[in-house]
Amino acid sequence: MKALRKTVDNLKPSFSKGGKLEKLHWVFDALETFLFTPGHATQRGAHIRDGIDLKRTMSIVITAMIPCLLFGIWNVGHQHFAAIGEFTVLGEGFWDKVLFGAIKVLPIVVVSYGVGLGIEFVFCSIKGHPIQEGFLVSGMLIPLVMPVDVPLWMVAVGTAFAVVIGKEVFGGTGMNILNVALTARAFLFFAYPTWLSGDKVWVSTDGMATVDGFSGATSMGHAAAGNSNGVVSLMDSFWGFEAGSIGETSAFACLIGAAILLITGVGSWRIMLSTFLGGVAMAAIFNWVSPGLPDTSTVKYFMSIPILHQLMLGSFFFGLVFMATDPVTATQTDTGKWIYGFLIGFLAILIRVVNPAYPEGMMLAILFMNVMAPLIDHYVVQANVKRRLKRAELRTA
Amino acid sequence: MGRNTALYKKNKLLWCVGGWFRKISNFAAPYRNRAPLTTMSKTIRIRKGLDIRLQGEAEKVLVQLDPAKVVAIKPTDFHGLIPKMLVKPGDQVKAGTTLFHDKYNERVRYSSPVSGEVADVVRGDKRRIMEVRILADTEQRYEEFGAGDPSTMNRETVVQKLLASGAWPMIRQRPFDVVADPAQEPRDIFVSCIDTNPLAPDLDLVVRGQGADLQSGLNALAKLTKGKVFLGVSDKTTAREFLDASGVVRHTFNGPHPAGNVGVQIHHVAPINKGDLYWVCGVQEVLSIGRLFNTGRLDATRVVAVTGSEAKNPRYVRTIVGCQMKELLGEVPAGVRIVSGNPLTGDRVANDGSLGFYHGQVTLLPEGDEPKFFITDGWAGPGLDKFSASRSYPTWLMPGKRYAMDTNQNGEERAFVMSGQYEAVFPFDIYPVHLLKSILANDIEQMEKLGLYEVVPEDFALCEFVCTSKIDSQAIVRQGLDELKKETT
Repeated sequence: MKALRKTVDNLKPSFSKGGKLEKLHWVFDALETFLFTPGHATQRGAHIRDGIDLKRTMSIVITAMIPCLLFGIWNVGHQHFAAIGEFTVLGEGFWDKVLFGAIKVLPIVVVSYGVGLGIEFVFCSIKGHPIQEGFLVSGMLIPLVMPVDVPLWMVAVGTAFAVVIGKEVFGGTGMNILNVALTARAFLFFAYPTWLSGDKVWVSTDGMATVDGFSGATSMGHAAAGNSNGVVSLMDSFWGFEAGSIGETSAFACLIGAAILLITGVGSWRIMLSTFLGGVAMAAIFNWVSPGLPDTSTVKYFMSIPILHQLMLGSFFFGLVFMATDPVTATQTDTGKWIYGFLIGFLAILIRVVNPAYPEGMMLAILFMNVMAPLIDHYVVQANVKRRLKRAELRTA
Repeated sequence: MGRNTALYKKNKLLWCVGGWFRKISNFAAPYRNRAPLTTMSKTIRIRKGLDIRLQGEAEKVLVQLDPAKVVAIKPTDFHGLIPKMLVKPGDQVKAGTTLFHDKYNERVRYSSPVSGEVADVVRGDKRRIMEVRILADTEQRYEEFGAGDPSTMNRETVVQKLLASGAWPMIRQRPFDVVADPAQEPRDIFVSCIDTNPLAPDLDLVVRGQGADLQSGLNALAKLTKGKVFLGVSDKTTAREFLDASGVVRHTFNGPHPAGNVGVQIHHVAPINKGDLYWVCGVQEVLSIGRLFNTGRLDATRVVAVTGSEAKNPRYVRTIVGCQMKELLGEVPAGVRIVSGNPLTGDRVANDGSLGFYHGQVTLLPEGDEPKFFITDGWAGPGLDKFSASRSYPTWLMPGKRYAMDTNQNGEERAFVMSGQYEAVFPFDIYPVHLLKSILANDIEQMEKLGLYEVVPEDFALCEFVCTSKIDSQAIVRQGLDELKKETT
């Protein structure tokens, strides 16, 4: 450790102003501060400071996503082997499944981080800002919301778009309006719809012959088509044994992540709870309405899925835990968080069931509420301002 | 306000019914978190906040130090003051002789706390006066201002006495947190008898046996306003001096830091609106004012808690405003930061620096200027010795543990990312981040609307402490107050 410190100190002059590698100063700075919390003593204000910093916060979020990533890797393999008719029992061929999944998933992770961090490094060097930690989380979220068969160049394009247009043009970490990972996904969803929706991309068959009756569609796809046989059971959807984006399928893995975020206090419990309640409310309304619909109605089956099952399907839990709680793009005020979360849950189920063009509504619901978040905050803060003015009037009256 | 009024009415009703009701009510008082009805006070519970558990609390022993040899008055202790010097090096002064006055408000004078010879006028950048040093005589001589009971005087006499003696700057005003302007009259005056800062002195101990001075000081303050003098006391206080003081309205407070901040107390009793003017005064300052009226002399004695994990001998000492750290602490080794005041709002001073005008505490902290390797003691470490308001370190499972925190920033400055952090330690009906952003955007109208009049930098000290992004919010608030003051006065 001392030797490492010495090496860093020796290298430092070449990256400082006037050094040979001056242009790479902020890249060096990022690596240096990664290895060593700098010896910055407080100069003004409070002399002591809380132990937490953005690096620790972000590393906790990444830790919370690891169960989803690991499960996703296994599940990619499991779906593959199930499709070609091998190891169809859950417990069989564990390592084959993990190996297959890792070969498919890790390149996506590498591309996402490589492209995203590369762009951040370039932007920060040009602007002369330190490199902030925000992308460490986005870089992990992007692979988890991609279908497994997405081409790597598409991941690269989507990531580049999200980082440049979604974040850097607004001023970088902390300034973006839209969730970066969802911007990447939404961009690809609308730019290359055949690669991010439909029946062909969720299960990687690697060109092998599939078993009879294999469709490759997600439960959402089946449900939207009114095909109740294709929808996995409640327990399967809870554990995540179904086709879908890499990290989204297991509500269980998401709940482990939620537990980590809530115990450490990094994620907002208000947003998680209210999003859940919003989803419950909309699903309950649909349950209530569905018996009255004619049998010919295409949405009748989708509406009638029991509340808990409805929420377990698709990416509802993944979005609830990792996307809705993004503190930068969510509302800032406590009251606002209740409204924001509730509407996300409500709209996600509404879009998923009623809009035939989008079999899953979580992404669009969150992006829509990202845009609305400043407006919600504005009204909450205005109420505070009015309260203050009213108080002043009472006093003078 | 509404809730407190309701409590008061309820209490009053019970009082009228008397007898058994009162007994039952008193019996139940501890369980209701309220003071007994006999003191006629109203307990206000502060729920948001944070007690930072540091090592090095002062032992409850009060030691009389030898008379100070060198004493310094620092114009920088008074925000916004531009001093006009009235003495020069070599001049002889008495305790209470004016050293300088406010260039733009000549009535406000600043005096020497001791008699002796003006030794030096220390200047900083742009010839700004940093310190006026006085070599103290062994035998003290005093300017005589005449003793007298302030309650029998009229307002103007009280004001004159305070101004002439140099005791006036002990009174500060809200909004803006600057020395009060004698030409104005405040709505009310607030005195907080609680210090909830980390390692803060126990004011019960400070005031012990000083009841007469406290009462005279409060009587003097009462003359300065047509409104009331509000006393904020802790629900745990046992000091009869606070509980028996007369001519004041007492409010009892309960809760973590910043419950003792006078700004928090004002907010919960009668929040500041645009155009309101309140004055505030610390307990030790009230005692000084009381002594001025009881003895006719300026007596700037202070009881100082010497605290912090690096303090060899954490205890209480009796000394004087402006005394040098050398005399207070002896030699302090390198690698230790001396803070005049508490660790959240105090000023960093050198070994030959001096005790701040408003400070009753000195804190010695280990300097944290060494890099920390990420896995062992940096951001990815186990952090078993790291205090955090968040639960991101396992130390939240050890509620009794005390910490030897160093002065490392523990991370680099970042953009605002997390939300809800400030709100958890900020017991005001104000949105702190929105307020800070309005200041950064220099939007005066928005600052007013969002409640800048109600806060001063110290109220944001905890926000600054807990901030993940390491944003210096106290400095931002000060900048906002300066802008707002410039626009409105």
